[in-house]
Amino acid sequence: MTMKLNLLLAAALTLGLAGAALASEEESGTFEPKHPQQQQWVWEGVFGKFDRQQLQRGYQVYKEVCAACHGMHLLSFRNLSQPGGPEFTEAQMKAIAASFQVPTIDDNGEAAQRPGTPADRFPAPYPNEKAARAANGNALPPDLSVIIKARHDGSNYTYSLLTGYTDAPSDFSLLPGLNYNPYFAGHQIAMPAPLVSDGQVTWPEGNPAATKDQMAKDVVAFLTWASEPKLEERKELGVKVMIFLIALSALLYLAYRRLWRDVDH
Amino acid sequence: MAHTTDNANVTRRDFIYVASASAAAVGGIVALWPFIDQMNPAADTLALKEVEFDLSPIVPGQIVTIEWQKKPVFIRRRTPEEIKEAEDAPLADLKDPQTDDARVQKPEWLILVATCTHLGCVPSNQLKGDFGGWLCPCHGSHYDTSGRIRKGPAPKNLAVPPYQFLSDTKVLIGAAPKPAAATAEHG
Amino acid sequence: MTHGDYTYKPTNAFTKWLDDRLPVIRLMQETMTNFPTPKNLNYWYTFGGILTFMLGVQIISGIVLAMHYVPHETLAFDSVERIMRDVNYGWLLRYMHSNGASMFFIAVYIHIFRGLYYGSYKAPREVLWLLGIVIYLLMMATGFLGYTLPWGQMSFWGATVITNFFSAIPFVGESITQWLWGSFAVDNSTLQRFFSLHYLLPFVIAGVVLLHIWALHVPGNNNPLGIDVKGPADTVPFHPYYTTKDGFALVLFVLFFSYFIFFNPNALGHTDNYIQANRLVTPTHIVPEWYYLPLYAILRSVPDKLFGVILMFGAIFVWAFLPWLDTSRVRSCKFRPIYRQLFWILLVVIYILGYLGAQTADDTNLVFWGLELPIGKLLLARICTFYYFLHFLVLTPVIGLLETPVPVPESISKAVLAKKGA
Repeated sequence: MTMKLNLLLAAALTLGLAGAALASEEESGTFEPKHPQQQQWVWEGVFGKFDRQQLQRGYQVYKEVCAACHGMHLLSFRNLSQPGGPEFTEAQMKAIAASFQVPTIDDNGEAAQRPGTPADRFPAPYPNEKAARAANGNALPPDLSVIIKARHDGSNYTYSLLTGYTDAPSDFSLLPGLNYNPYFAGHQIAMPAPLVSDGQVTWPEGNPAATKDQMAKDVVAFLTWASEPKLEERKELGVKVMIFLIALSALLYLAYRRLWRDVDH
Repeated sequence: MAHTTDNANVTRRDFIYVASASAAAVGGIVALWPFIDQMNPAADTLALKEVEFDLSPIVPGQIVTIEWQKKPVFIRRRTPEEIKEAEDAPLADLKDPQTDDARVQKPEWLILVATCTHLGCVPSNQLKGDFGGWLCPCHGSHYDTSGRIRKGPAPKNLAVPPYQFLSDTKVLIGAAPKPAAATAEHG
Repeated sequence: MTHGDYTYKPTNAFTKWLDDRLPVIRLMQETMTNFPTPKNLNYWYTFGGILTFMLGVQIISGIVLAMHYVPHETLAFDSVERIMRDVNYGWLLRYMHSNGASMFFIAVYIHIFRGLYYGSYKAPREVLWLLGIVIYLLMMATGFLGYTLPWGQMSFWGATVITNFFSAIPFVGESITQWLWGSFAVDNSTLQRFFSLHYLLPFVIAGVVLLHIWALHVPGNNNPLGIDVKGPADTVPFHPYYTTKDGFALVLFVLFFSYFIFFNPNALGHTDNYIQANRLVTPTHIVPEWYYLPLYAILRSVPDKLFGVILMFGAIFVWAFLPWLDTSRVRSCKFRPIYRQLFWILLVVIYILGYLGAQTADDTNLVFWGLELPIGKLLLARICTFYYFLHFLVLTPVIGLLETPVPVPESISKAVLAKKGA
């Protein structure tokens, strides 16, 4: 082996180590979750961006289907109209905010409700964890603010989970109150299938048909944005930074070569 | 170095050195911006915050202080005498001339950002000063019943926040005034 | 430019006056500008500069993150997300800092293995090497403390596992862990002290780095040939020759770093750390950050708690004895045909340990790229751990005595000319 090859190998191994940490996601246990179905998402890749219409549809699915049990406590209504998101108009966003009731204290010091404002966070569906567990057979519906980043291969996983409900195999003993889903670790999940029929959500004119598959894709898009609302800003800046650095490295390489031309080394 | 014999070569070489050094310097300076900008108010701080306030419990002559955008706001229900005093003050006597009319939407209700324009203290509701308005305890600025500076070191009148009346007894502070008022302001 | 003239000479009345009182310009010139540097350093030698840069990046991005971060168990997780969502360029600063830790470790491992390959730890650079080990240990501590701060599941359980190392100490172990926690388990008190120490340690690192650089400047750089500098013909001034070369390498490194920040910012992290810490549930598959994986595998390869911890720390402390364990007269592996092969074997063994460190804690057969190997994970980890210590404690001293090195060139400049001629 030549020296250079050896050193390259060393670098490859060092990096490979990082890869090993990523690759080793296999869970132990009898009922390993099925590998998520791989989808092509529009926000992937160096130049990937969200589809505004898809995010708006996804928001509607979240609000009408998920929000009954799942909170989104890191998201504010104002986020819905900021650049790089669903980009609802200011007026639409304010109307959405006002359609939610948020907890407040009234002038007599009593707990009360008032319509939301842009600065408010999405209100929680349950007053506290105990109430949430009590309403869901002791299972806690997780907050969805960063759910896509909190699951391995999050977008594909969530899509697969939402569309992956089937009947349990005959030899599988399902606990009462649980549902069979091969994409979930252990294959039994407390959440019943949330998307049950085509047309469950009615989108405005000009949108694709609200099939179960389309609703799942759109809500995944919305949740992905909610997990990483600066994704577009990040990638746009990244492209500029990379171009600058490539140009700078070329200049420095030329400077380095010229400088060292007269030195035997 | 052979400066005299190879001028062209020296120039070209210098160009590459200068170009790479300046590119690196420009990149470095631009990269500083996020580290500076992070100290500016964050998006959640900037987010439009509005405060709704019920005016009905306030009796004439009373001043209440509420919080809006981390600042105190005075809401004063003025008596007819106080309104008259404010309206009658000759503009020539004012350090920052402004009519009372321009500072209120309804003469009975005076709504002000309660931050002294001198160095940011809150003028006192108890010490009303020589003009029946407010006296700033820090450096002795006297404000009148329209919140205008009359005496002392403050350079400007107390600011009027954006607000709108939702009804006769409800005011929304922080909300831009109705479009008509907004155009009037621009004109 | 004459390559032999490295001493600073004040040129005007002011610099002369200042030089007599505070020779700061002299110090800068002689250590950073005129410093005679072997002219045959390759790109593996640029990582010292890259590491200095990364320390700066981590300290500066850390200071600004601390302006927004809240070290409290109920607020920490959300305050990190607030940085990502609401603070101006907060996402950039946070991803820079979290990925920067990985970049820092990639660079430090290359730097360490470069030192191992070219024999940079051997006399007269033993103190330089020992200071390097101190820096590495401080980096490990800082990285661990920092990983706790986002207060995700991995933060919490990583902190739990690492602090439990100390419970292995006989008799006082329990008391020591409670003292570390300030509670009965990892708690808010733990988070707050970890934040304080995470802020402190980088400045300690910076101090030791200064000593490290000082210790470098006394004997001067080693070089790929591992032979001493014989005279001015062997060196060039550090500036502009190595500032330019290091600068070029640095920009390439930043390019690599930027890929992670902008296009794959969570690739080096773990998804469970986006779930807020929950003291009632441990994640099903808990692994440390990639840079601790080989050490983690050594720990797990031992069935005894105390001995496992000792062996894990021993795996680093054994480096401290390397200058005296290595009996060879020749520094660089370039001229050591047998030891060179052992270097690569060691690297492969450490890689395998790292791979095993990322596996689940059961003793099933190893599945590598979909292929089931006929060897249990635990057995393989034990073999690798055994070989790791064998390398340093036995092979290094024995091979140093037995091996016949290839003839070493007379000087750097002669070697360079010979290479050119060939």
